[in-house]
Amino acid sequence: MTVTAPTAPTRQRVVESQPVTVSRAVVSEWIKFRTLRSSAFMLAGACVGMVAIAMIVGWNTRTISAALDPEDIVSSAVLQGYYLGQLLIGALGVLFVSGEYSTGMIRSTMSAVPQRTPVLAAKTIVFVTVTSVTIIPCCVIAFVSGQAIISHSRTGYSLSDPGVLRLVLGTGLYLACIGLIGAACGWLVRNTPGALVTYFAIILVLPGIFGNALGNLGKDIAQYFPSEAGRSFVSSLQTPYTLSPWTGLTVLIAWVAMGLAMSALSLRARDI
Amino acid sequence: MIEAQHLTKRYRDEIAVDDLSFTVQPGVVTGFLGPNGAGKSTTMRMTLGLDAPNNGTITVNGRPFAEHTHPLREVGALLEARGVHPGRSARNHLLALAATAGIGSARVDEVIHMVGLSDVAAKRVGAFSLGMGQRLGIASALLADPDVLLLDEPVNGLDPDGVRWIRNLLRGFADEGRTVFLSSHLMSEMALTADHVIVIGRGRLLRDQSMADFIASAGATRVRVRSPQAASLSDILHRHATTITVIADGTLDVDGMTSDDIGIAAAGAQITLLELATQAGSLEEAYMVLTEQAVDLHTHTIRDEDHR
Repeated sequence: MTVTAPTAPTRQRVVESQPVTVSRAVVSEWIKFRTLRSSAFMLAGACVGMVAIAMIVGWNTRTISAALDPEDIVSSAVLQGYYLGQLLIGALGVLFVSGEYSTGMIRSTMSAVPQRTPVLAAKTIVFVTVTSVTIIPCCVIAFVSGQAIISHSRTGYSLSDPGVLRLVLGTGLYLACIGLIGAACGWLVRNTPGALVTYFAIILVLPGIFGNALGNLGKDIAQYFPSEAGRSFVSSLQTPYTLSPWTGLTVLIAWVAMGLAMSALSLRARDI
Repeated sequence: MIEAQHLTKRYRDEIAVDDLSFTVQPGVVTGFLGPNGAGKSTTMRMTLGLDAPNNGTITVNGRPFAEHTHPLREVGALLEARGVHPGRSARNHLLALAATAGIGSARVDEVIHMVGLSDVAAKRVGAFSLGMGQRLGIASALLADPDVLLLDEPVNGLDPDGVRWIRNLLRGFADEGRTVFLSSHLMSEMALTADHVIVIGRGRLLRDQSMADFIASAGATRVRVRSPQAASLSDILHRHATTITVIADGTLDVDGMTSDDIGIAAAGAQITLLELATQAGSLEEAYMVLTEQAVDLHTHTIRDEDHR
């Protein structure tokens, strides 16, 4: 067998390249995020939907009557659009990851960053940043515009009222967190339909089953699901079966941390 | 340099790569041959760290691929299965990959130009033809001017111009002392491009030798003879030749004798020869002989290419 001298030093390099770091992976993921039209559509859909729902709720509750639920007149009422928001932002989180697997892009991605976990970190950073930067202002706009409609007919709430800022910013934070649960479903399940089903099961179906069909024990369990725990933080209405707001937020963040930790373990252990 | 040692990969009950050891040397073009399902794509995925071996190791320039700080500069890879999001433009796809290595848009535009995609670089990849997708894959492999090129079926879907361009590109890479490892089912193209071959079947190493030696290993050479006295010649040669095939009126293919022996025998019997030519063995022939010997290759289920 012929032995050839090492090649690298003898050849003139024509391309400057830098080591892979999390920050370079972040730049890469940001390019990926903003160059797919579907990302922008889903974000815009969530924003427009939340503002529109805030205005509709504001209009429908401008005069208080016995027909209204308590949920519709508390300060968080105009932010109920987050129900729609969590569907779209969650799907965005799922697709941001599962889209790589379903298209095969993941092979290119992981060939460029074979340590793998920097990609997970970068996607998480990009997702949280993008959703926070768009959804939090959108929650403020939704709240203010809903209250503006109410204020023509009755006294509503303002951002400076006690607890209101927590609700408004918290709704943005909630959606960013719930989107990361979607992303974790993407990392763990990998294929888009399966990951979406898993996400909706965790967010909607399972808490519904536990909360409505399995008695008080079921309700006790249901309040610890991420969507229910998060709801206690973004709603000003407490019921016997909701956690306190900060406990709820802690539980939600624990879910996110667990989801991302499981994603990292899975990413390291499994073949791409 | 790529070095595989006792590389083994199992998918559930099926063994895709079985105790495979080989070295892909720099400075030459190495062809990777084997039937569908032989384990070529699996081996390439393991080279890139996409799949982990159950046993053994595979290193690139001395270490596992994932331990390199400049992965794109170590290996430029084109895998057979597409690795591109169809909703993104070719240029944005390359920009995203380049960003992981801090490579700027100037180099991205350069590789786009090299592979001839300048006119369509802004188009969504979903609208690309097979050949254009292949060119994009080659562009991403070239991004960081890598030391090792790892190409699975690179000429798939390319037009004749593209095929020739790839051939020259790979030769140029090897001449600069870089490592080139490519698989292809197009034997004629492989024979033109590769200097060395690694042949596997059912995940096991069948051959690791120079192209010339491999072709020569196809066995007995065949000599074509044309003579107006073909029938008499045939009678004389029968004593020495293993088989004589009548190709056409007056033309024979003789196995088991050299052209020298045939010429001398003909002269001894005063037979006129109009043509006497050794038929060079082909890569395809050598490959077919080898893979027919390796029992069971043809009925083996196609696992490798099916895997995701």
